[in-house]
Amino acid sequence: AGGRRTSFPPPAQRPSTPPFDPRFPNQNQTRNCYQNFLDFHRCTKTMRKKGKDTSPCDYYRKVFQALCPLSWVQRWNEQIQEGTFPGKI
Amino acid sequence: MPYPMQLGFQDATSPIMEELTYFHDHTLMIVFLISSLVLYVIILMLTTKLTHTSTMDAQEVETIWTILPAVILVLIALPSLRILYMMDEIYNPYLTVKAMGHQWYWSYEYTDYEDLTFDSYMVPTQDLSPGQFPLLEVDNRLVLPMELPIRMLISSEDVLHAWTVPSLGLKADAIPGRLNQATLTSTRPGVYYGQCSEICGSNHSFMPIVLEMTTLKYFEKWSSMMQS
Repeated sequence: AGGRRTSFPPPAQRPSTPPFDPRFPNQNQTRNCYQNFLDFHRCTKTMRKKGKDTSPCDYYRKVFQALCPLSWVQRWNEQIQEGTFPGKI
Repeated sequence: MPYPMQLGFQDATSPIMEELTYFHDHTLMIVFLISSLVLYVIILMLTTKLTHTSTMDAQEVETIWTILPAVILVLIALPSLRILYMMDEIYNPYLTVKAMGHQWYWSYEYTDYEDLTFDSYMVPTQDLSPGQFPLLEVDNRLVLPMELPIRMLISSEDVLHAWTVPSLGLKADAIPGRLNQATLTSTRPGVYYGQCSEICGSNHSFMPIVLEMTTLKYFEKWSSMMQS
């Protein structure tokens, strides 16, 4: 059956979803989402400070976008803009 | 899909549900054996004329009826734990889909692609087409590719809900502020039904879950159609 699966033509837009993360092996994935959101913002902040390209941070963005519910991301972004986000970025 | 007067489980569609069905049968056999033995002993004791009310220090029988139940419990606990840990396993998911519970509908987010989100409301009984099931159909089904591991992330926007598909052996609470993960794999195509399984308010019974498992090709066609 494994051979049959690979015989599909590669789709135009192959989804690549975050792999298993050994830091978060449990059913509860809340921290996985939050940590990647934090990591993305810390990464972009550091890169900008050093005047470097922020493209290496895109991995974190992909992960938190795949894992976090859209409403959470929207709420956190609003909090960051208002300066009320509780996390350390 | 259950049928009227059904007694057992629905047909298993995922390897996990097959395991659960076997485990159910295994445990039920043990229950039947114990019940028959107890019933037999009760009938025996009620119908005999012999009485023996002064048994003391019966070490042999005490040992047997302590050790034997312990062994039986271990025989139930070990396969149960095995399946419990199998359900927790996630290995290289192909896709991540989020199910969010609302009062009173489900919404689904596919964010591996471009942001594809939609709400899934129950079709009211007067709007059903012939052949559709009352209180089970939705306007937008959750379409997914079969034979691939899919990471389901389940959460809620308001109160507790539970996202359930019995024939896939899936049930996870939708808790506001928490993301629950479950692995969804289907071995065959088809339409699978489920219902909210945590009492969540007045329309708790009217927020069904409909899963359409299809081939990867049709799934990709569907997802590109939904995005445009």
